[in-house]
Amino acid sequence: MTRHVLIRSLDRSATIFLIVVAALAVVVPILNLAVPTTSAFHLSTYLVALFGKYLCYALLALSIDLIWGFCGILSLGHSAFFALGGYAMGMYLMRQIGTRGVYADPVLPDFMVFLNWKQLPAYWYGFQHFPYAVLMIVAVPGALAFVFGWFAFRSRVTGVYLSIITQALTYALMLGFFRNNFGFGGNNGLTDFKDILGFNVQAETTRNALFSVTCVALIVSFLACRGIVTSKFGKVLIAIRDAEARTRFLGYRVESYKLFVFTLSACMAGIAGALYVPQVGIINPGEFAPGNSIEAVIWVAVGGRGTLTGAALGAVLVNYAKTYFTSGILAPYWLFMLGGLFIGVTLLLPRGIIGTLHHWTGLRRDRLSAQAEAGVSPSSGPLDPQDQALAAE
Amino acid sequence: MRCSRACLVALLLAFGFVLGCASARAESLDEAVAHFTTDDFSDTNDGINAVATSGSPRAEAIIRALQDGRLMFSAERKAVYIKDNADKLSDAATGAPVSGDPPADLDAVRLNNRLRGTLDASIGALTLLSSDPGKRFEAAQAVFKSRDVSALPALETALGREQDPRVKRALLEARAAITLSGTDATDQDKLAAIDVIRQRADQESLALLSSRSGDNSAAVATAAAAGVAAIQNRLALWEAVQNAWYGISLGSVLLLAAIGLAITFGVMGVINMAHGEMVMIGAYVTFVVQDLIRTNNPALFDYSLTIAIPLAFLVAGLIGILIERCIIRFLYGRPLETLLATWGLSLILQQAVRTMFGPTNREVGNPSWMSGAFDVGGITITYNRLWIICFALAVFVALLGLLRFTRFGLEMRAVTQNRPMAASMGIRTNRIDALTFGLGSGIAGMAGVALSQIDNVSPNLGQGYIIDSFMVVVFGGVGNLWGTLVGSFVLGIANKFLEPYAGAVLGKIAILVLIILFIQKRPRGMFALKGRAVEA
Repeated sequence: MTRHVLIRSLDRSATIFLIVVAALAVVVPILNLAVPTTSAFHLSTYLVALFGKYLCYALLALSIDLIWGFCGILSLGHSAFFALGGYAMGMYLMRQIGTRGVYADPVLPDFMVFLNWKQLPAYWYGFQHFPYAVLMIVAVPGALAFVFGWFAFRSRVTGVYLSIITQALTYALMLGFFRNNFGFGGNNGLTDFKDILGFNVQAETTRNALFSVTCVALIVSFLACRGIVTSKFGKVLIAIRDAEARTRFLGYRVESYKLFVFTLSACMAGIAGALYVPQVGIINPGEFAPGNSIEAVIWVAVGGRGTLTGAALGAVLVNYAKTYFTSGILAPYWLFMLGGLFIGVTLLLPRGIIGTLHHWTGLRRDRLSAQAEAGVSPSSGPLDPQDQALAAE
Repeated sequence: MRCSRACLVALLLAFGFVLGCASARAESLDEAVAHFTTDDFSDTNDGINAVATSGSPRAEAIIRALQDGRLMFSAERKAVYIKDNADKLSDAATGAPVSGDPPADLDAVRLNNRLRGTLDASIGALTLLSSDPGKRFEAAQAVFKSRDVSALPALETALGREQDPRVKRALLEARAAITLSGTDATDQDKLAAIDVIRQRADQESLALLSSRSGDNSAAVATAAAAGVAAIQNRLALWEAVQNAWYGISLGSVLLLAAIGLAITFGVMGVINMAHGEMVMIGAYVTFVVQDLIRTNNPALFDYSLTIAIPLAFLVAGLIGILIERCIIRFLYGRPLETLLATWGLSLILQQAVRTMFGPTNREVGNPSWMSGAFDVGGITITYNRLWIICFALAVFVALLGLLRFTRFGLEMRAVTQNRPMAASMGIRTNRIDALTFGLGSGIAGMAGVALSQIDNVSPNLGQGYIIDSFMVVVFGGVGNLWGTLVGSFVLGIANKFLEPYAGAVLGKIAILVLIILFIQKRPRGMFALKGRAVEA
């Protein structure tokens, strides 16, 4: 059964994607650790952390593609879940600092000592245990998404309305986390981490390990998403995306499907955030900014909505471009480029990169099969979900 | 600063005298001034008192000059002069400029600490007798705050001549405050004073009465306690009024920012994320207009906003039409993609403005008719807020009229309600779309002119309003301007009433959460369009 799901869920691009990510998980640490620094093939630790960051973004993009590409829920608040996961991880890392902080308080993080707090707030309890922190990384974003989604989907808030209230959600969280008395470090956030599971966060080996773990998380999440979208459940999701009312009239409980996939997606975003924090070394309320969520959506759009591989590819490509352009003389023009990307992709490349490739190969296959069966019109051939979506719109 | 103002007053008065309105008063002033020529402290003291009680309009200038060490005398000529900042002498009593060489033994009238005390008191008394009611009012207020017993005689004199009822009230209150603070007044007087203070009903009087509620006399103590309670009620009421006023003010700002959004969203179902940038462009148009006026014709500055409003409408409107023709029309029926494209556009517009005008705040001034404030009961109303409320309502009414009474409005409403049907009736929906988008953007531009008066003009100006405006539109409902009106004022007022309890940020969060909950109940907002169309 498991093998069946696995085989069904792997088409050619998915296989390529998995091979590439798995190869990265092995090759990058080798290039960084085993290859001498003098060699041309040596990869600096900075680049390892940078690629690790891209892969976290790819995971976030994957979670957005799952709900937007396959269920038509455009969340403009996914960075909220990403940041919540990040904060959960950050709280664990803060508790690991212990007496090595500036104020050397064994329990209280530095910022609490600085604010003259006498004891740890109750919601910080337990974060010194890694398993508890991991649970929270998944549970907090998941619970928020569940409650929010339960309210929103039950009362049939859809389309742009949903997008706007998700945006309001992350905006409200951002305002809250900026406050000192929330107990999350105010606008400085959580930083100055020392250890993760007893290993130094700054050490090269830890960074490489984190990178490999991120690759594994990406692979697992990708397989989970593929498994979902290629199953019968996934077909219902696509049906909801393309004609929600009709699916409801057919007897499916649309809210439950949406709620499940929305919550799952939030959990994935939380994991992405948790992996992001130790590699970047800081988490602050800026991560909640509505702009971040919208930027994450454009990664998905660039790569190809509803393709999963495209989402990950788009995240890496756009962020690589961002790093490349914002560090050079072109820095003042980066926002022009990003803005142009938003407009260009929606106008000229609505299927995204991978989606367009699929479309072309699909067209060619159609032509070939049409030639083979001579007389059958190409349009009656099997269309991929992308085309159906566009046709429906 | 004070020197120069005093000099100005002195000079103006001098001109008045030159024009021939010297009077009998000047003679008594002459006698008073003569005290200064003896260079004797006690004589000077008499002089100060004599000048202060002379009631002459010159008195203040003389006292101020004395305070600043600019009052000169010549024992030889028995004359007293005021020296201005340019070392020019004028006669102290008449204000007439002195021609010819200054006397050889010219010297400043000397002061000691006792005299400085007398001077301060006499300045207070002088302003109580000043010819300007505003100054008298301020002086009375100052006495009310200081409760200086030594001001009592001057106060009585002033009360005797006061005609202006407002100043008279202030004087009475000041006298009552002195009576209450003193120990030697009779209970009768104190009760009367409490009555007067109670009418005043502000924080000061509250403090004064609270301090008296432990008075030895039971009658006074009860009266004071009753007064405290009454004042507290009144203050609570005024605070509510003040919150409501701030709320209306915030609501009008939200209305301006959201109304254009409501139109574009209502008609086209397009969420324009670049709407905030249209507001920003309007603010920058104001900046450019003011800049041009400053360099070319400063006299026009008061009209800068009148010039900027139509210009901002045109500029933002044209940009809106351009956006619609170049981007949005290709994305109809794909609202989520439109949202992304317009977000990208907002990034470009922001960065463009940042490149052109720099990332820092730009200075936009208030024209004179928009600066300042006035009091109504217990609250202060600033003119710029008042004008913005009027402007927002005017825009609202104008838009309502446009929708109701013009052909364009009719066609727009038709497209909002049923696009395919409107198209089959011969309405060119493309044209309506472009014009509507232009109209919405133009209104955002006008909102920018208004916001430039109360907010920082920076490339991020629009960002601060975009989420709030969305909330208003979502809350109020789409396709109905009344929804936007009610939505913005409800949100504004709720925000301001929550602020004192929860703080600004938590108040905002509470509002967002409330809206999210409200959307559950009415997913299409307060005033949803009713129809039978199945949602797409």
